[in-house]
Amino acid sequence: MNNLLVTNSVSKNFGDFKALNNVSIEVPKGSIFGLLGPNGAGKTTLIRIINQITMPDSGNVLLDGKPLQPNDIKYIGYLPEERGLYKSMKVGEQALYLAQLKGMSKAEAKQRLKYWFEKLEIGDWWNKKIQELSKGMAQKIQFVVTVLHQPKLLIFDEPFSGFDPINANLIKDEILQLRNEGATVIFSTHRMESVEELCDHIALIHKSNKILDGNLQDIKRNFKTNTFEVGLVTENENRLKEIIQQKFDISKADFKSLNDDLKLNIKLKSNETSNDLLTFLTQNAEVNHFNELIPSASDIFIQTVKNN
Amino acid sequence: MNHLSLIIKREYLTKVKNKSFIVMTILSPIIMIALFAVVAYLSQLNNNKERTISILDESGQISPIFKNTDNTTYNILSNISLDEAKAQVEKNQEYGLLHIANNTDLDEMAKSIRFYSEDTPSLTLISSLESKLEKKLTDLKLQQDGVDIEKITASRTSIDIAQESYQGEKTSKMDNIVKLAFGGFAGYLLFMFIIIYGNMIMRSVIEEKTSRIIEVIISSVKPIQLMMGKIIGTSLAGITQFVIWIILGTILLTVVSLIFGIDLAAMQTPQQEMMQQAMQAPEVQNQMQNLMTAIYNLPITNLVVAFILFFIGGYLLYSSLYAAIGAAVDNETDTQQFMLPILMPLILAVYVGVFTVIEDPHGTVSTVFSFIPFTSPVVMLMRIPFGVPIWQQLIALVLLIGTFMFTVWFAAKIYRVGILMYGKKPSYKELYKWLRY
Repeated sequence: MNNLLVTNSVSKNFGDFKALNNVSIEVPKGSIFGLLGPNGAGKTTLIRIINQITMPDSGNVLLDGKPLQPNDIKYIGYLPEERGLYKSMKVGEQALYLAQLKGMSKAEAKQRLKYWFEKLEIGDWWNKKIQELSKGMAQKIQFVVTVLHQPKLLIFDEPFSGFDPINANLIKDEILQLRNEGATVIFSTHRMESVEELCDHIALIHKSNKILDGNLQDIKRNFKTNTFEVGLVTENENRLKEIIQQKFDISKADFKSLNDDLKLNIKLKSNETSNDLLTFLTQNAEVNHFNELIPSASDIFIQTVKNN
Repeated sequence: MNHLSLIIKREYLTKVKNKSFIVMTILSPIIMIALFAVVAYLSQLNNNKERTISILDESGQISPIFKNTDNTTYNILSNISLDEAKAQVEKNQEYGLLHIANNTDLDEMAKSIRFYSEDTPSLTLISSLESKLEKKLTDLKLQQDGVDIEKITASRTSIDIAQESYQGEKTSKMDNIVKLAFGGFAGYLLFMFIIIYGNMIMRSVIEEKTSRIIEVIISSVKPIQLMMGKIIGTSLAGITQFVIWIILGTILLTVVSLIFGIDLAAMQTPQQEMMQQAMQAPEVQNQMQNLMTAIYNLPITNLVVAFILFFIGGYLLYSSLYAAIGAAVDNETDTQQFMLPILMPLILAVYVGVFTVIEDPHGTVSTVFSFIPFTSPVVMLMRIPFGVPIWQQLIALVLLIGTFMFTVWFAAKIYRVGILMYGKKPSYKELYKWLRY
């Protein structure tokens, strides 16, 4: 059993609007799973179904191989995109209340809170009201409340919105550490650079349908076009171009380089390897740049959404 | 700990610890009592003012009826013309001058009576003068016709029809008054409670939406638990506030009347004063006795049990609707369009209670409205003191509980969808759609 969470053909309609259409995803244990998609694709609906806030019209959700039970909420930590705290309640009181709602005992919650407050250096906020804190500070509290009960599944919906870069990094490190300690993380975001940085698996949802999913490396491998970016130094650029053109498909490339050299994208045929290309090039020119073009998550996202 | 009790506890504590709640709880009775005290004090000042009234009775037959009291001194003038009298009264700054011209025709004499004063005289004074004069002139007329006044006085009979049901229960007029007072009080209390604390529930639901905490909470507890927790927690805070009001009010009332020596019961409107004059008869003692028996005659156990059940049922019914409204809208200004359908049956209930139940507590209108769940809490509570068969009460209660369960289900549906909906001003059509989600 390698998947912590599985959704089987989950569908959900709101009136005449189809929010999710037979969406199946598999979230491997210990992974950071990126749930991607344009606005209004159905990500939040899927997350709400996993959190049992909304019930699916058909399909089911398995946690650890068993159908989701109302009691399972204590295994899930959820940081929604639309988030907030009671403004006039004190930080400590509020955190205790929310922890107890997740099924923790008061004493246990207090102890865990102390640990987290010290870790994030926010211990002296205990008796402050939320309305006295800045937005970023409140977000930190919100993060602590989400992870406090040590859930095995963490769901973050746009976790970095509202954080400054320093705090965003802090939270990112905490997420990675929690994963290393055994938690599984589902991560819904538009920010592709954090997907690139954090996620090892992704699923792409577009117009209520899942259109792509799997291991990020595998997906990239599938999306790569065997194209290499090269920088060549030669005396006669036009001649060199002609020589290469006879053997490979080329197009103009654009990257930063110290030398005023010939920049090309060279696409290999399926039976050729990078070594073949390199050998051929070194025979004809001096190679000072050689780089395989790997599609970024953002490229894959845009390309896939456009094709659908 | 179980979720519901956690939510109730939080709702209760937040409400009770809220600054404006504390201020309102303490200040309201103080302001109320202060207001009463000021009014009582002022009216007492007014009553205590001593005044002198001159009376120029040219017939000489009437003036003996005016006897000096603590506040009013009657100055009987004689052998003086009207103009001289007016001048003298004005000079002495007396309150006024009553002039009775002499005339053998008593009707003419009655018409000629005038009261002269600097300012418009007080209504109480004029009424008391009028009643005195009326009585005297009637007596004089009777005498003129050769009727013996003594006999008339002796022949006066006071009637208070004793009422008895077929089962032998004795009742009196006073019974009805006490029943009305009790029913009215119960109905009005429920009405106030629903409006004040229903609104409080609604606001606290809206607050959860605007602070965006709702989704965090809803991922831990069921919406219906959250809603019930809110309703119960807020109600407990409401009961706390009510109890404090009553205790504080009683204490303050006692203290104020002790310190200032103001008899708050002495606050009287002219009408009350006139009524009292009319009642200055041995009947009064009788009435006191009747009052006691009337209270004693009330079906106390039935009333208390019914009050608690109908109060809770009615309150929960309406507050779940308030919670649903709170869930459906984004801010308080959007609640207007939904408030009317809630207030209408409530106001209707009070109207039916006040106008119909008093006239005919077991008539068709009263009976029907005491079964309809949206009006039954108020109307039934008003009817019960007049004796409603237990089976009717039970049917009304079952209907009420059934409807309550329906509205909670309905409200929970709206709530579940509504709390996660932002930025949309919902129409009734929209709400209908939510029910099917």
